[in-house]
Amino acid sequence: MEAEAAKFIGAGLATLGMIGAGIGVGTIFSGFLQGATRNPSAAGGQFTNLILGAALTEALGILAFVLGLLILFS
Amino acid sequence: MADPMHQFEVHKIVDLPDFTIPGLGRVDMAFTNSTMAMTVAAGIIVLFFAMVTASPKVVPGRLQLMGEGIFGYIDNLVSSIIGHEGRKFFPFVFTLFLFILAMNLLGLFLVFTATSQLAVTATLGIMTILLVLIVGFIRNGANMYKLFVPSGVPWYMLILVTPIEFISFILRPVTLALRLFGNMLGGHVALKVFAGFVVSLGAMAAGGGLGLLGIPGAALSLSGVVALTALEFLVAFLQAFVFAVLTCVYLNDVVNLGHHH
Repeated sequence: MEAEAAKFIGAGLATLGMIGAGIGVGTIFSGFLQGATRNPSAAGGQFTNLILGAALTEALGILAFVLGLLILFS
Repeated sequence: MADPMHQFEVHKIVDLPDFTIPGLGRVDMAFTNSTMAMTVAAGIIVLFFAMVTASPKVVPGRLQLMGEGIFGYIDNLVSSIIGHEGRKFFPFVFTLFLFILAMNLLGLFLVFTATSQLAVTATLGIMTILLVLIVGFIRNGANMYKLFVPSGVPWYMLILVTPIEFISFILRPVTLALRLFGNMLGGHVALKVFAGFVVSLGAMAAGGGLGLLGIPGAALSLSGVVALTALEFLVAFLQAFVFAVLTCVYLNDVVNLGHHH
C-alpha cells in the first residue's frame, strides 16, 4: 500500500474515537433531561454542571480530531 | 473546491525586525493577521465597556443592562464555584471569558479566528495552569500533594489513584488548549466544506443536463451552512463559557483544598 493512502486511512480511523465522545455527551444530556423533567425547579442550578460534563467528555472527541489532523498534516 | 485549511494561514501584515531573547533564540516579531484579530478583539471589549459605563444610571438602559448582565453572570459563576473567596479571581476569569468570546465571535464575522491557532489557546491554557499552581503553592505550601491524594482512600488504592490524579492534572492545560482549538478549527472547517459544496454543485448545475441535479444538493448545503453558522454562534459562546467554568473549577481545587463547601 502507498504511504499516502495509509495516511488517509489512518486519519479516517482516528476520527472513530469521536463515537465514544458522542455516546458520552448523549448520555450526559439524557441524564440531565431525565432529572430535569422530574424536578424542573432544580434544573436551572445544574446548567453549569451539565456544560462542564459535556465539555470534559467532548475533550476526548477533540483529541481524536486533533490526532486525525496530526496524521493528515505531518 | 477551496482549500478549507487556507483560512487558518498566518501571514505577516507588518514585518518588524527580529528580536533576540537570550536562552530562547530569535523571535519573529512580525505583526500578523492573528495579532491583528486579537488586537481588534481586545479593542472591541474595551470600547464596549467604555460605552456601557459612559453614563451609568440607577435604572439601566439597554446597553448598560447588557454589560451588567455579562458582568453579573460571570460574577455569579465564580462565587458559586469557588465560594466567597472567588471574588479575588473574578477579574482573571472575566478577562479570559470576554477575550475568548470576542475572538470566537470575531472569527464568525471576519476571515480570521485567533482561537483556531493552537499557539493562542495553548498560551491561555498555560497562563491558567500557572495561576492555579502559583495560587496553590502560596495558599497550601507543601500541602499541595493533597491534590493528588484524595482523603478517605485506603493506601493500597492510593498506589493506583495518585498516578492517575497526577496525569489528569498534567493533562489539564493540554485539554484546555485543545478543546478550544479543536472546536473552533472543526467548526470553521465544516463551514468551509459545506460552503465549498454549494459552489461546486452550483458549477455542476450550470453545465446543464444531468448536472441540474446539483441544484437541490446546493440548496441543501446552503441551508446546512446557515444552520451550522447558527450552531457556531452557540459554540463560540459555549467554549468561552466552558473555559471560564473550567478555570474556576481548577482554581477551586487549590483554593479550597481539603475542605469542600
